[in-house]
Amino acid sequence: MKKRTTLILFLLLPLSMLVCLCAGSVRLPVGETLSALWNALLGRPTPGGSFDAILFRVRLPRVLCVALTGASLSLTGAAMQGLLRNPLADGSTLGVSAGASLGAVTALAFGVSVPGLPEAGTMGMAMLFAFGSLLLILTLAWGLDRSLATHSIILIGVIFSMFASSLMSLVISFAGERIRSITFWTMGSLSGASMRQAGILAAALAVCGGVILLHGEELNAFAVGEENALHVGVNTRRVKLTILISVSVLLGVCVSIGGTIAFVGLVTPHMARMLFGPNHRRLLPASIWLGAVFLLLADLIARTILSPIELSVGVVTSLVGAIAFVLVFARTRSGRH
Amino acid sequence: MLCVEHLSVRYGERTALADCSFAAAEGEWWMIAGPNGAGKSSLLRAVSQAIPHEGRCVLQGEVLERMKPRERAARMAVLDQHHEVSFAYTVEEVARLGRYAHRRPLAGETAADRAAVAEALELTGLTDMKKARLNELSGGETQRAFLAQVFAQQPALLLLDEPANHLDIPYQRQIFDLIADWVRREGHTAVAIVHDVALARRYGTHALLLREGRAAAAGPIAEVLTPDHLQAVYGMDIAGWMRGLYAGW
Repeated sequence: MKKRTTLILFLLLPLSMLVCLCAGSVRLPVGETLSALWNALLGRPTPGGSFDAILFRVRLPRVLCVALTGASLSLTGAAMQGLLRNPLADGSTLGVSAGASLGAVTALAFGVSVPGLPEAGTMGMAMLFAFGSLLLILTLAWGLDRSLATHSIILIGVIFSMFASSLMSLVISFAGERIRSITFWTMGSLSGASMRQAGILAAALAVCGGVILLHGEELNAFAVGEENALHVGVNTRRVKLTILISVSVLLGVCVSIGGTIAFVGLVTPHMARMLFGPNHRRLLPASIWLGAVFLLLADLIARTILSPIELSVGVVTSLVGAIAFVLVFARTRSGRH
Repeated sequence: MLCVEHLSVRYGERTALADCSFAAAEGEWWMIAGPNGAGKSSLLRAVSQAIPHEGRCVLQGEVLERMKPRERAARMAVLDQHHEVSFAYTVEEVARLGRYAHRRPLAGETAADRAAVAEALELTGLTDMKKARLNELSGGETQRAFLAQVFAQQPALLLLDEPANHLDIPYQRQIFDLIADWVRREGHTAVAIVHDVALARRYGTHALLLREGRAAAAGPIAEVLTPDHLQAVYGMDIAGWMRGLYAGW
């Protein structure tokens, strides 16, 4: 059963990517798309013209960014749920998402930019604020009980998220005519994604995701209880800091590129857990794969369902995610998760 | 085996444990007893290095406070009374976590790990239930799963916080018998918090009586859990009450 599920899940990602590359306002034939990709990979000439422009300049960067963002958000969600032993936690529980959003919105509102690098202002500010938020949250949690207790981190994270949201509203009220681009950004969208952004996401996922994946066994120990983790020999403080920093950096990069895309980090780890069980050695890779597939399909719906009008992908994930969240919550309450 | 030297625990201004010392040798099962708030849990959590404290604990000649968590866990295991598992792990997965300290970082499971887990499951009678998920188990079975974890850890010292709390009498007996068998094997020592002084007398070899954060008496069980000591610590005639309780049996 598990082998078949693994195989289906494994094949689902390339299949979803192919569908997302071909479907859209202009349909690209599957065969030609595949051969163009193959030729591009081998450095051979491609068909050129509008086909090339659509495939290589618009859809491929977007599909890669969507898949990488979905994978990253889902992985951070799975890691946070295990670390905090809370099935309703995700990356945003920590407050880092809200911090990153505040940074990006500030950059957009006041036109912070780096000459020659159009997205560097927003991205740099988002990452700076994400890291600043993490430092602030951990310092406050440490000051509270000198032990970085998980419940203190959750509590301060939630309070910090609210604080950052109100600051964001304040910044937006000074934004003037830039308010439209801010609104679209806060809903989460990867419509203008570039290959450079895909590269940044891939690098962040490789490094931070790699670190998280290497801590599967430690996350299992945390999920069974923090003191129990200490008693079986886990250096709980070091592992907690390592995971939190990796999650924050990865989230900072995701938020700076795609805005706040809600619910991916909450819902997909649950799907992965239902399919593969709670063991993080299987759960983390499965979450990466499922997160990528989930966001690809959500993005496909966002750009095709009301074509030519394009919805923000965050709207689709929120709609699907909210329903899934209620189901997960009901399952959690009835103790069947 | 274990030397606890001048251990003190403070929570803010309040002193929960003051200058507590005792030494447990191989083959001994120490029972820590005393009324609520006497400092039993603080003592156990300080020895297990879960909370900040003053003083030190020496296990097999090495200072626990200076050891890394992994080194410590290879020699000392802790069985709590409550388990805050949030996800439906299997019994075997819980037992396997006990091998964490024995594995090199990032290394896979060895034959020795698999054998230790299998033996721990066998000892606790959970071999047939190893694929059962924790959320499907009763309180007693869950406690046995965590006992399998600490057995798989193959420690020299076992710390137990009310190991049979909330369990019905057959399960209490089962858990205590399993631990007593384990202590009798070579090179093992246990320290347990126990509320039921009758159980403590039946299974323990030594006892430490705590009152208001200080050691009121320590030593061989028959010398410590005496009617006089219990009267002094609990402020009531525990022995007389126990006799009355079991008189009709």
